[in-house]
Amino acid sequence: MSRLAAKFDELSKSGRKALIPFLTAGDPHPNFTVPMMHAMVEAGVDIIELGVPFSDPMADGPVIQKASERALAHKMSLRKVLNIVAEFRRKDDQTPVVLMGYLNPIEAMGYEDFANAAQRVEIDGVLTVDLPPEEADFCVSLLKERGIDPVFLLAPNSNEERIRKMDAAGSGYIYYVSLKGVTGAGHLNTADVEERLKLIRANTRLPIGIGFGVKDAETAKTVAHLGDGVVVGSALISKIEANLDNPEQACSEIVDLLKAMRAAMDE
Amino acid sequence: MTQHYNLPDERGHFGPYGGKFVAETLMGPIQELEEAYLRYMQDPEFLTELDADLQHYVGRPSPLYHAERWSRHLGGAQLYLKREDLNHTGAHKVNNTIGQALLAKRMGKTRIIAETGAGQHGVATATVAARLGLECVVYMGAVDVARQSLNVYRMKLLGAKVVAVESGSKTLKDALNEALRDWVTNVDNTFYIIGTVAGPHPYPAMVRDFQTVIGREAKEQCLTMTGRLPDALVACVGGGSNAIGLFYPFIDDASVKMYGVEAAGDGVETGRHSAPLCAGRPGVLHGNRTYLIEDDDGEIIETHSISAGLDYPGVGPEHAWLKDSGRAEYVNITDDEALKGFHDLTEMEGIIPALESSHAIAYTTKLAPTMPKDSIIIINLSGRGDKDIMTLAQREGIEL
Repeated sequence: MSRLAAKFDELSKSGRKALIPFLTAGDPHPNFTVPMMHAMVEAGVDIIELGVPFSDPMADGPVIQKASERALAHKMSLRKVLNIVAEFRRKDDQTPVVLMGYLNPIEAMGYEDFANAAQRVEIDGVLTVDLPPEEADFCVSLLKERGIDPVFLLAPNSNEERIRKMDAAGSGYIYYVSLKGVTGAGHLNTADVEERLKLIRANTRLPIGIGFGVKDAETAKTVAHLGDGVVVGSALISKIEANLDNPEQACSEIVDLLKAMRAAMDE
Repeated sequence: MTQHYNLPDERGHFGPYGGKFVAETLMGPIQELEEAYLRYMQDPEFLTELDADLQHYVGRPSPLYHAERWSRHLGGAQLYLKREDLNHTGAHKVNNTIGQALLAKRMGKTRIIAETGAGQHGVATATVAARLGLECVVYMGAVDVARQSLNVYRMKLLGAKVVAVESGSKTLKDALNEALRDWVTNVDNTFYIIGTVAGPHPYPAMVRDFQTVIGREAKEQCLTMTGRLPDALVACVGGGSNAIGLFYPFIDDASVKMYGVEAAGDGVETGRHSAPLCAGRPGVLHGNRTYLIEDDDGEIIETHSISAGLDYPGVGPEHAWLKDSGRAEYVNITDDEALKGFHDLTEMEGIIPALESSHAIAYTTKLAPTMPKDSIIIINLSGRGDKDIMTLAQREGIEL
């Protein structure tokens, strides 16, 4: 059983939901990331989605775009992100880490080289925003052969056929994007999400992480009732953006927000 | 060649290139677009309406003009210009925007979005949106907004909202990112008119199909005027829509050579260029796999060309395939060479070409003298140069 599957299994047995923060690797500085990841684990998160910065983040809103730009200004790259995970693993061999990014950096590194390196540093899942299952056969088998879960996105307009495609190609969990739009946008509509989740559940047994529009402890709690995990990204990155001259402050604000979410989700 | 060229395959692939590399939210809309495109391209009523618009609104067919003085001057092949510069709005771009806007109307979409670099596609989109009474938003890199203020004003006059994109390198590729973000957010009522043969399937095939009117006319005109097929075709390649529009109807005619001319900017060797086919490598950007200008880590690098319309780090996936298969040859022309081509044509034929098209002109001045006097080259004069007068004056230190 993969580390992701085991984690969702364990959570499900204890009646809890996964708290899944997103962090852009190398933002605001490469030295910030590993200590931040450890602090997140201490704050009670279950899985970390680590963003691989890309020059053209087409599916991201302004907050994560700027995080990408800040990281790239420090020459962050996919290879360096892999090093960051290796460093994180020296102290933590328990918390699942999922890389989230765009296809081109992987294509540039070479699929096989990437899959080997990801296995070596014990990455648990890979979520590639612009790689739908239709184009993913090759990449999916390389990852699965190495025990890495390919994580796919589902959107509010994904039909039943597509849900079944994700179920067949993906493993670990499915990331349900609760809104049409880019990351960091709008507010989610609970009733809509609930309705969509019924359709998704009917077509997959994979755990569902829900993201987009999770801004505070309250939304985290609401979303936790609907899915198996709560993904929070832009709300955390905003803390970095607001404290560019004071990364310690950013770190402690992120920890506070995650603790509040954890407490609300466990109530 | 007995086998007919029939790419892309049903998944939108040209060999290893093309495809649909988009976020899940766009898969539904792209599917919907593909179905509409396949259906209406077979629908006689739609095609009749399209043809009527091309004739009465765009002013087609555009002439094929024998540039005799220029041909004599170069002393080789006979040069024929396909005059896309004479279209309404001054470039080939409108062939595609007319087609896509008619499609948008059939699909019941009320809002049009587009990206633009030089502003030509933005103007062509704003034009058809005005005519059909559709809301129009054009995304344009902030750098391009500054260097193409005339076209920004034209779009505004036409009733479009122009959004200056401040992210990334603030040029065409970032405008495309922003348009995709808009589309993802407003998929229900919005039609995205992509201006070139890039983007996810079906865009590369669909934009090509709307642009092939160029090559179909040119072929017929050449046969009528000279009694035979041309020996070579020359067209500039940014995203590559005018080039594929000219090339496509000739792909099965093995005797016709095809030259796509990329922008070498300061020179390919300087790294400051926009020539992915000549100096890039395959990767995935904006929904398709194609040749890209990127660094070793797969991050897209800023491109450079004097011509804003060629200033793009990718290229249509069909060109990537035509390059690898050897059917077309891709060459490059520097800013300085393009400027010389611009002056040559202006002075010798009284035709002011767009800086984009000037790249094709400049390559022709190298190619024509190597060919016999009874051979024929068709050059796609994809746009007129009025929009570039300010850029040119500035570059040559002239105050207007």
